[in-house]
Amino acid sequence: MEINIQKQVLEKNETEADKNRAYFKENNVFVLNLMSSPGSGKTEILCRTLVRLMPEIKVGVIVGDICTNNDADRLKVTNARVTQINTDQFGGDCHLAAHLIDASARQLGCGDLDLLIVENIGNLVCPAEFDIGEDARAVVLSVTEGEDKPLKYPLMFQVSDVAVLNKIDLLPYLDFDAGLVKDNMKKVHPGMPIFEVSAKTQEGLEPWLEWLLERVNKKKQKN
Amino acid sequence: MHEMGIAQQLVQIAMDSIPGDIENPRVEILNLRIGKLASVVEHSLTFCIEIITRDTPLENVRLVIDFVPVRIHCKSCQKEWEVDTPMFKCPDCREREGGGEVELISGREIEIISMELAE
Repeated sequence: MEINIQKQVLEKNETEADKNRAYFKENNVFVLNLMSSPGSGKTEILCRTLVRLMPEIKVGVIVGDICTNNDADRLKVTNARVTQINTDQFGGDCHLAAHLIDASARQLGCGDLDLLIVENIGNLVCPAEFDIGEDARAVVLSVTEGEDKPLKYPLMFQVSDVAVLNKIDLLPYLDFDAGLVKDNMKKVHPGMPIFEVSAKTQEGLEPWLEWLLERVNKKKQKN
Repeated sequence: MHEMGIAQQLVQIAMDSIPGDIENPRVEILNLRIGKLASVVEHSLTFCIEIITRDTPLENVRLVIDFVPVRIHCKSCQKEWEVDTPMFKCPDCREREGGGEVELISGREIEIISMELAE
């Protein structure tokens, strides 16, 4: 006997993501989903971004990792409100699903925030699949990772609204073709803005911060 | 890597869809549609399903997967085509100013279409 079902398997996550979107809209907070492979420098970029933006706007952070509170501890120096999610309590998931964000965002409190940044778990595959109700998605790739990553992980670069190419201070020491990686990103996602930065030396951070601030302000004006 | 989460959702939906009036139901086949861009690895999914369906009506269920090709549509010339490499730009319109922008028509599906119960 065949039973007709016709259902999206990730429907439940979509419903939860819609709930988050409504909550973020209610609180007038812009939400950025920050994704990358492990070790690309997400947390360092986040630190620099927070230090530079915090005088002007109020920022909260949700950091996701399978284990440890290391990232939340690193971010404490920025004075941003930070909460850590460890997915090992939830089966060691390699991405943050929408229902985890719901609980953390409410615990953090979004009422007074202008910007909420979710630092997703280091992984170029799974986080791309799970909508968390964010306003924008950013993918970080570092110059130590190889130029063909956008072609190997097309969905991540397809769903992202902006890309940050990090660790450009290392370029003189590597056989890395920054032009080629940008071409590959453009093949997968034409028109996506790409910012070349070094979180360490802070080179190139300004255009990235402007891009982010512009979006935060746009959402504020809309509501 | 995200196959376990997908497997759990799949099993949940299948379990919820078994009619309540069937005695000792046994699900033999799950018919799925999965887009090629969804990065679901078939043997990982099969493995996860096998583990989590032990001692349930879905034990030993067989997955029949219809893999959906990645198709895109050019917003400039309205052409539609299938891509097998991740190039999301229209080859005919990309030289034009602001042209060649495409949208995804298919390839991200993760759907459960139906299931077959043993008679």
